Amino acid sequence: MTYVSKPEIHHPLLKVNEIGLNRRNYEGSVSTLCAGCGHDSVSAAIVQACSELSIPPHRFLKISGIGCSSKTPSYFLGNSHGFNSVHGRMPSVATGANLANRDMYCVGVSGDGDSASIGLGQFAHIVRRKINMLYIVDNNGTYGLTKGQFSATNDLGSTSKKGAPTLYSPIDMVSIALQIGAGFVARSFSGDKRQLVPLIKAGIMHKGFAFIDVISPCVLFNNHAGSTKSYDYVREHTEHVIDADVVLPHEEITVDYEPGTSESVNMPDGSRLHLNKLSNDYDPFDRVKALSHVQEAQERGEVVTGLLYVSRDPHDCHEILDTTDIPLNALEESVLCPGAGKLADLNQSFR
Amino acid sequence: MKATNILDPNYFHKVVDCQWACPAHTPVPEYIRLVAQQRYTEAYMINWDSNVFPGILGRTCDRPCEPACRRVRTEEKPVAICRLKRVAADHKGDITAFLPRVPVEKNGKKIALLGAGPASLAVARDLLPFGYEIDMFDQASAGGGMMRSQIPAFRLPADVLDEEVDLILNMGVNTHFDYEITSMQAMLDMNYDAYFVGTGAPRGRDLDIPGRTEVDEHISIGIDWLSSVAFGHTTNISGKVIVMGGGNTAMDCCRTSTRLGAESVTVVVRSAFEVMKASDWEKEDAMNEDIPIINNRPPKEFIHENGKLKGVLFECVTPVEENGRLKYVPSDEPDVFIEADHILMAIGQENHCPWIERDIGIEFDKWDCPILDEDTLQSTNPEIFFGGDSALGPENIIWASAHAHTAAISMHLFCQGRNVKGERPPEGVNLISQKMGIHEWSYDAEHDPSIRHIVPHAHKEASLKNIKVEVELGFDEKLGFDEAQRCLNCDVQTVFTDQLCIECDACVDICPMDCISFIDNAEESSMRPALMAPATNLEQDLYVSGHLETGRVMVKDEDVCLHCGLCAERCPTNAWDMQKSVIHIPQMGSYAE
Repeated sequence: MTYVSKPEIHHPLLKVNEIGLNRRNYEGSVSTLCAGCGHDSVSAAIVQACSELSIPPHRFLKISGIGCSSKTPSYFLGNSHGFNSVHGRMPSVATGANLANRDMYCVGVSGDGDSASIGLGQFAHIVRRKINMLYIVDNNGTYGLTKGQFSATNDLGSTSKKGAPTLYSPIDMVSIALQIGAGFVARSFSGDKRQLVPLIKAGIMHKGFAFIDVISPCVLFNNHAGSTKSYDYVREHTEHVIDADVVLPHEEITVDYEPGTSESVNMPDGSRLHLNKLSNDYDPFDRVKALSHVQEAQERGEVVTGLLYVSRDPHDCHEILDTTDIPLNALEESVLCPGAGKLADLNQSFR
Repeated sequence: MKATNILDPNYFHKVVDCQWACPAHTPVPEYIRLVAQQRYTEAYMINWDSNVFPGILGRTCDRPCEPACRRVRTEEKPVAICRLKRVAADHKGDITAFLPRVPVEKNGKKIALLGAGPASLAVARDLLPFGYEIDMFDQASAGGGMMRSQIPAFRLPADVLDEEVDLILNMGVNTHFDYEITSMQAMLDMNYDAYFVGTGAPRGRDLDIPGRTEVDEHISIGIDWLSSVAFGHTTNISGKVIVMGGGNTAMDCCRTSTRLGAESVTVVVRSAFEVMKASDWEKEDAMNEDIPIINNRPPKEFIHENGKLKGVLFECVTPVEENGRLKYVPSDEPDVFIEADHILMAIGQENHCPWIERDIGIEFDKWDCPILDEDTLQSTNPEIFFGGDSALGPENIIWASAHAHTAAISMHLFCQGRNVKGERPPEGVNLISQKMGIHEWSYDAEHDPSIRHIVPHAHKEASLKNIKVEVELGFDEKLGFDEAQRCLNCDVQTVFTDQLCIECDACVDICPMDCISFIDNAEESSMRPALMAPATNLEQDLYVSGHLETGRVMVKDEDVCLHCGLCAERCPTNAWDMQKSVIHIPQMGSYAE
């Protein structure tokens, strides 16, 4: 909680994006989370990513469930649309919103409690349905809002702040997303914006369901020596496999990579997804190998980060359902509800 | 880059831009906070300690602090520092209890102060509490020097001047007024233990162009004329007046002429408006009194008929920028003739000490200024010290105060038989945490976005009729408070402890000005453009931490930091703390502590 309000003035040389806005225009209100919370860094990364993509804030839908993580949409994109839903039910609401208006860029933020415990069933199905959104889990392995009980993602072998060991094996959100068939799966760390910001940009621009599991330390309850989700542990046990970045149509790739280590994938809106391999034997297009790599690393207590899997041919729910190109909420009532006659015809077609 | 040594007194001193720019290094934010708390007496005393003449300077200072103010870089207009100094002086209570005590028992050393201007007065104030016997000599009949003779009463009322001058004289100075010094040797023969020369830059420059000698009786040297007005010898000026020159003396001359009944007054300046020496606010004040300022007109000839001045012929030039400097080339326009009955010449001043014999051990440079050690202000004759305008050429009152502190220490060391250069008291810095509790700071951290407040003026018609009516009325308590709130508290420093940092990025995310970055260490030139916001202002330092757990360093660009404390507020481990830096500037007072 901060009582000094953040002044509105900004650095005189603050960069302006393609549509004349600066990063500060993408901020929300000042965070009420604990000082040093990883979630605030994730919010700052979202702010930076959205600003760099030059998408007007009102084109975003931000959506969440319940928990510390789910409070964060208040702290970014102050001029966008938002919905703070019921515990674990963000996927249902996101599905509805996405079906009603396919033109919105949907960013969902959830936590390990919201998505891996009460909302696990909902999570599995939004992955299956390939809802066109970026789904971020702020994963701190603890229930911070209720003072630090273990969450379902807490690793075996780690302890509580007072030293009590975890009794149950963890749910790995990345493995579930890979297994059910998400088209974009990444893992990152709130303390590494250099990796996280490009991943968020890529996730927003990805067609279909994009998932980022962000390890985001809880400074108050899970940032101690026995934790596997502390700043120190993650920094010491990270295996960084693939860097990803979105190159917008008007931009040029300015970074030079070693030959043979980088690859570009075209994205539907004309931008390109640029990948840079940091680990030679890792193939980000092979879902099965990605899954086994992640699980093997987990056995060793290592955290694999970066873009873990991306589909070369992604699909989204609108393609599967063959919906109209015009968002449903923009259709005339007569088109949207064509009347009893059309319904009768439709019923007839099934007989 | 090497990790910043924040215990170097200069490091955080530089961050307090106003204090760093002030020749006397007045702790500006400290007294501005006291003004906001209506503790005017304390605010006044902080000023009195460091610049000696708060009431006078609050009206007349050249304000080097204001262009330096951080607010110029973060927004646009600086805090009205000088006017807040005046608020402290105008509203202060009884200061007697705060004044240093002067011992009845003297220390046996006698000092002669030549001149009774700001430099000599400040030396007297510094040395009297240490038991020195002080004799002050001046040709005028009252103390104050140029503050009395050259600054018109509509800018500096006599009672304000008298109060601060008398305060020092009453500490026990033996005054010898109406005393014309004609020989330095004669002074040396009086066998003082040390001498301080604070006789100012008393000679106004003249202009040698055709017609000068013929119209001599219609021409006055600006500072001499102002002085004769100040002492009541001149009470009116008639006809059309041309003031030649573009400095503050020119502005005082033209505004005084208006008040003494001139039919018309015109200021004609050789150079362009932007590069005139006069302070912006003095130019504005003259223009507000409907006095035309004509620029780019170098004088060519005084036109006269039978010894009677008709006017002045001016050439027309155009300023052209060349290598960042203005050069003047003749324009196509024909020469301009401006009618005049009287000319006031205000084209500069210079040192002039014909009474100092050249064979008594004081060496002079080619500009006729004494050769001094800049750190001690000691001349080549070790018992003679200089200060104020007579030391390094014409400057402002605030420089005189600064010189006085330096010279006083030197004279003290000299009189005690110690090394004048090697045994000076050191500079220092104290850092005091401002944290009072969770989310509680002992300073008002909130950024106030309001723009600079305008100072009220006296009614124009009334002030133009009477030279004694002060034009600027100063801020009242309400305006003073509002303006004080604009101060960014640059002396409350962001202090970083690298061992405590967990690199959570909370400070980077919250900083409204993008001052903080965590990056790999490199050379300064490659780090500056790579920070969260490019650090393009090379005059402002980068604060670099030691290596952190990840091998990176914290780099903070001091340039546009608002000192809002959000980094410390959002830091989970107190790696950031807001600490007030108290800079110790050597002064005679250092010996009393």
